[in-house]
Amino acid sequence: MSFISYLISGLSLGSVYAIIALGYTMVYGIAKMLNFAHGDVIMIGAYVALMSMTQAGLSPVIGVLISVVVCTVLGVVIERVAYKPLRNAGSPLAVLITAIGVSYLLQNVALLIFGANAQSFPSAVKWSGITLAGGKLVISGVTIVTIVACVVIMAGLMLFIQKSKAGQAMRAVSEDKGAAQLMGINVNGTIALTFAIGSALAAIAGVLLCSAYPSLTPYTGAMPGIKAFVAAVFGGIGSIPGAFIGGILLGVIEILGRAYISSQMADAIVFAVLIIVLLVKPAGLLGKNIQEKV
Amino acid sequence: MKNMKKTTKNNLITYGIVIVAFVVVQLLIMTGNISSLLEGLMVPLCMYVILAVSLNLVVGILGELSLGHAGFMCVGAFSSAFFSLYTEDIITVAPLRFFLALLIGIITAAIFGILIGIPVLRLKGDYLAIVTLAFGEIIKNLVNVLYIGKDENGLHFSMKDAMSMNMDAATGKILINGPQGITGTPNDSTFSIGIVLVLITLFIVLNLINSRDGRAIMAIRDNRIAAESVGINITKYKLMAFSISAGMAGAAGVLYAHNLSSLTATTNNFGYNMSISILVFVVLGGIGSIRGSMIAAVILTLLPELLRGLSDYRMLIYAIVLIIMMLFNWSPKSIEWREKHLAFLKRNKEAKES
Amino acid sequence: MTALLEVKNLGISFGGLRAVNNFEVSIKKEELYGLIGPNGAGKTTIFNLLTGVYRPDSGKVILDGQDITGKKIIDINKAGIARTFQNIRLFKQLSVLDNVKVGLHNNHHYNTLEGIFRLPRYRTVEKEMNEKAMELLKVFDLDKEAEYQAANLPYGKQRKLEIARALATEPKLLLLDEPAAGMNPNETGELMDTIRFVRDQFHMTILLIEHDMKLVSGICEELTVLNFGEVLAQGETSAVLNDPQVITAYLGE
Repeated sequence: MSFISYLISGLSLGSVYAIIALGYTMVYGIAKMLNFAHGDVIMIGAYVALMSMTQAGLSPVIGVLISVVVCTVLGVVIERVAYKPLRNAGSPLAVLITAIGVSYLLQNVALLIFGANAQSFPSAVKWSGITLAGGKLVISGVTIVTIVACVVIMAGLMLFIQKSKAGQAMRAVSEDKGAAQLMGINVNGTIALTFAIGSALAAIAGVLLCSAYPSLTPYTGAMPGIKAFVAAVFGGIGSIPGAFIGGILLGVIEILGRAYISSQMADAIVFAVLIIVLLVKPAGLLGKNIQEKV
Repeated sequence: MKNMKKTTKNNLITYGIVIVAFVVVQLLIMTGNISSLLEGLMVPLCMYVILAVSLNLVVGILGELSLGHAGFMCVGAFSSAFFSLYTEDIITVAPLRFFLALLIGIITAAIFGILIGIPVLRLKGDYLAIVTLAFGEIIKNLVNVLYIGKDENGLHFSMKDAMSMNMDAATGKILINGPQGITGTPNDSTFSIGIVLVLITLFIVLNLINSRDGRAIMAIRDNRIAAESVGINITKYKLMAFSISAGMAGAAGVLYAHNLSSLTATTNNFGYNMSISILVFVVLGGIGSIRGSMIAAVILTLLPELLRGLSDYRMLIYAIVLIIMMLFNWSPKSIEWREKHLAFLKRNKEAKES
Repeated sequence: MTALLEVKNLGISFGGLRAVNNFEVSIKKEELYGLIGPNGAGKTTIFNLLTGVYRPDSGKVILDGQDITGKKIIDINKAGIARTFQNIRLFKQLSVLDNVKVGLHNNHHYNTLEGIFRLPRYRTVEKEMNEKAMELLKVFDLDKEAEYQAANLPYGKQRKLEIARALATEPKLLLLDEPAAGMNPNETGELMDTIRFVRDQFHMTILLIEHDMKLVSGICEELTVLNFGEVLAQGETSAVLNDPQVITAYLGE
């Protein structure tokens, strides 16, 4: 029974990783950059939701909505101010280093506003969940909501990318920016939209993450952010189903590793997965190989 | 030939800055004109300079972003502190013991550099950065579950806890105690030793850059395919730069470990945060500029300490510096603006150089 | 006279598309040989096959009696093929002099420690390298710009520097990928003289890709015309250029 219960918490954590990884993978696919600050947008989203619920006394649903709006704006502003000017920079390292700077900026601004002490996060899901097998297996409401939310988001995003006009523009930009521009697609707008969607998802992920692990500090987003990037790479960067599969697998690996190998080594296990994937199959499970043109 | 003279002169200026700074600080210490807080900063300062210069070898000269530099520092710190503690009763001459510890720290870190470099350097750009970060975190994680002790039967080792080493209760002594790390490392680091290490680091990096091997490394940075097409062995030179840089970070770790009586591995000293701080020095000093890294490391370490109250904002300042420097130096628009409005600066510089 | 480069049945496919098929050529020592054809005919792909960037899926490449088929880029360079690139690939942040010195890398040795500690061998070898590099730069009239950053050279001179760097590796065969691209007629004329001079002075065998027909007919002794990855015509320049098949398929357009 304990194995099944670990598996379910793995699925739940993996769903959060998957939602974050979707943001990474879309931005990477379209802007060709690793948005290091993505994890910290999660943290900001969680703080905004926390403030809305505790200080303003709003209902969790409104709190989540406010958080989504704030993060969407934040994501677009970050892209416009810090990343867009470097889009055609001479070195590919330039925008990556800037993204690291933005990540640090968000963490330290949060540190100044909210302090370093962990704040306890009231679960946004009030439902206590279900009990199975005569009380031996309890699945909490947060777990169920997280997994369902992940599946819904992923399906919605697939539909959006395949069917909508904006989604098709995204695919075109990710294939070839120059050609997309020639075809009359608003490349800047498409990239901004990608950041907006990714950041909105980050807000949701932040609330779900903190509902399951109710302790919030300015550094809360950093590790899950990096791990979600690992998940995106694992699944194949640029691929939406890849981010989903990678996230779920990584969450399960982490929880099982924590339970059966060593709790202190859980992070190391996750990173070892990344290293093995990149060395054995650098394009990830569902990614494409790209060769440099001479 | 003129070229050689120019670089030699430039290098001499760099060494001169270090020596003058050393003399000034020594005078201040002798005349008692320096606060104990500032005096205590001198060894860490040397450590930061070494870290910044060595990271610049990878970021600026080899052109790859490594986010795991603190991991190599960690390896150097723990291997050397372990050695010093283990041999404290055997080698009683402190300078000799420290010298051996230094060699061990450097060599262990360099070996880690090679072992990690072989798989990592096959990757490029973002992937390389994130994998070095991963290795750095794994090293920190491993050190935190490492237990080593000694008793009359020799060394004992565990990855679980101190009890499972099954040491003799009477003679057993824990050397590395998991998350508590190493306590009681002899305080062998001094400012003078630090300065000597800084000078050696500068000497190696500056001379390497202006040699056959350095040119090959920079050629790979500028155009990998062209470098390969003129017969440069990419793997060999990438590994060379990476492992030399790792060895130097190891030396900085040795300095760090022997400056404190207790050594633990946390995010702030050997984790991601430290790797980023070093990167900020490199970026502020100018990617590829060795003297710049050195000066940036000194300024960014001293400034928050000197201006009291600023130290709370230290990381915030680093973050803003990082973003602004990158936008100013690399954005095509900013480059265009500078070429239009600051052209006179460039003209002066060219006139001086020709 | 025996052939320096002998290529038999060379081919490669990319995802089902046959980019180069049954390519054959035989180039004599000290010959100036041209490879022409419309865009997308597979000319640069052939350079990439000859230099090891791509591994051919059929055929053989023999250089001076040595089979170099499928070898790695650096081993092919060591075996004696050097090249330039269609889109210039210089070491932009290095000086003009250092660009050539990187080319000299494998023919002038001292080890890492000798370099770091400035031991006597460092001094003598560096001096040798400087002299040799300056000599090469003089050939291309680049000696005055030796201290410039390569990125700051004007376009035409960047192309010349790429040739100088390739020559520094002391190749047996030099491949030039569109050396006159982006040059004005004056510069092209100068370049033709330089290419001839390089051939005579260094006893070099040269295979070049070019669109500028004046350059091709002016200096190439033999030609291969490529179309859709296959050889359309091959032989002496004047004969090939008068071949009606070539005129309709390529020049006629």
